[in-house]
Amino acid sequence: MTPRPLLRVFVSPAVLCAIGFAAALGAVLQYSLRAYVPGSLEPGGFTLANFTALLHPLYARVFLDTVWICCLTAFFTLVLGYPLAFALVHARSVALKSVILVITVTPLFLGEVVRTYSWIVVLGNNGFLNSMLLKAGLIDAPLQLMFTRLGVVTALVHVTLPVVVIMLAAALAHIDRDYERAAASLGAGPIRAFLTVTLPLSTPGIIASVTTAFAWTFSAFATPQLIGGGRVNMVANLVYQLGFASFNFPFAASLSVAGLMLTFAVLALMRTAARPFERIGLH
Amino acid sequence: MPRARSQTMPKLVLPKALRLLSRFLGGLAVTAILGFVLLPAFVVTLAAFNDRALLSFPPAAWSWRWFAKAIAYEDFQAGVRNGLIVTSWASSIALTVGAAFAIALERYEFNLKRALEAVLLSPLVVPHFTIGLGFLILFAQLGLARGYAVIVACHVVLVLPFVLRSVYISLRNLDPRLELAAASLGAPPHRVLATITLPLLVPGLVSGWLFAAILSFNEFTASLFVTAQRTQTLPVALYNYVREYADPSMAAISVMYIVATAMLLIFANAFLGLARVLNVEHR
Repeated sequence: MTPRPLLRVFVSPAVLCAIGFAAALGAVLQYSLRAYVPGSLEPGGFTLANFTALLHPLYARVFLDTVWICCLTAFFTLVLGYPLAFALVHARSVALKSVILVITVTPLFLGEVVRTYSWIVVLGNNGFLNSMLLKAGLIDAPLQLMFTRLGVVTALVHVTLPVVVIMLAAALAHIDRDYERAAASLGAGPIRAFLTVTLPLSTPGIIASVTTAFAWTFSAFATPQLIGGGRVNMVANLVYQLGFASFNFPFAASLSVAGLMLTFAVLALMRTAARPFERIGLH
Repeated sequence: MPRARSQTMPKLVLPKALRLLSRFLGGLAVTAILGFVLLPAFVVTLAAFNDRALLSFPPAAWSWRWFAKAIAYEDFQAGVRNGLIVTSWASSIALTVGAAFAIALERYEFNLKRALEAVLLSPLVVPHFTIGLGFLILFAQLGLARGYAVIVACHVVLVLPFVLRSVYISLRNLDPRLELAAASLGAPPHRVLATITLPLLVPGLVSGWLFAAILSFNEFTASLFVTAQRTQTLPVALYNYVREYADPSMAAISVMYIVATAMLLIFANAFLGLARVLNVEHR
């Protein structure tokens, strides 16, 4: 066994953080099994009532809606993100690369509220898009984009795009160029080289980024809250509403637990689907 | 018979004109996607300089007054102050914990290494409302007030994965022989760490800290759960503003936000090499 100087010093702070995080998740789990006492912030005794209440069609619908919105967002983010990541990795000039990189990454650090507000200004009835279309004479009345699923998904794609581009670009950047050169030297054109070499080799990156896009969208709160305006509800909005409008923290906790289990189930599913591709990615 | 097949299949070599056309179309698609990314920033800038309180495109008259109003707004000032307190603590703690653990991950084998790593990376996929709710309940159960400590603890857990990744990547690029040389010349482990490892890690540490700070300053969903009226950070203050008012002060502060973040990232790109930090450089 090799000597491990300073190991304890390096690891103990991380252990402390992990314990804190686990305790927080444990607190959610514990609350989800407690009864709600109306008018009190203290939960009652242990019960499974919160989880049976989740089966109510109203809540089941919000879950289904959320999963559907997450899938739509993940799909469109991938469709828009792949060309951008490809351009970022394969751009010939350094300046062009920097421009793409800064434009793509800046929104990642703007936070959900600023970006969501910006989309309200774009999508609103007096907003940019409707004003321009009205002025151009293409429409007679403003299109209803706010408070619709289309509006929510558009903003969510914008919110999720940077992280997907970064993950896809990292995957594309780590594909050995020799494979592409080999394909080209054997007579494959750029399209064929892309379809038969680059695309399959980037599959692990695609799966990883779709998974992350799904998880991030599931976690989004401000976008569905402000653009959905109560007409498009996601699990995050329901949790907040239950916690801070009705102070039913036990039920909010059980929704969170269900959401967490759903996220992990989807992640596990995607990982299983990705397994055959993982071997290709290693080199 | 793979060989025979490749001979009979027509080669997809494109004539030059077609190749140019496909390059042109690819460029067009990437430009359009970058336009989609930039659209909200562009529109919100137009709205911020609009003299009137109601949105109209293009603005009839221009003015700076919303900027003055946003800067003078007390909730935003308090939000910036609270945000800076939380961010400086959270990013510094996360940097210390994350850097130490990244070194342990890269250099040593120990019990539960993978499990610990998985727990600390999981905030990337666990919904933020779950984490926020968890810390809220945990601190309430421990009988602690809703002060800065709970926000800092929550933010440390949330930004730790990014610090870990950033430091880990720069550790992988560090030549372990430099440390071995120092050790073989008689330097004790703490001296190797202080004079060789840490100085060589500076770019990774700076970028990790920068990412942690920007993400913590912008963290919204979890912050909404763990902040109180007195401790609300800027994104929470912005959210409350958007819900109550519709004047362009929010647009003005969004513009300041976008400009500050873009400048930070251009700086990071120039001095640290954003592509290397994000691991998207072609090998």
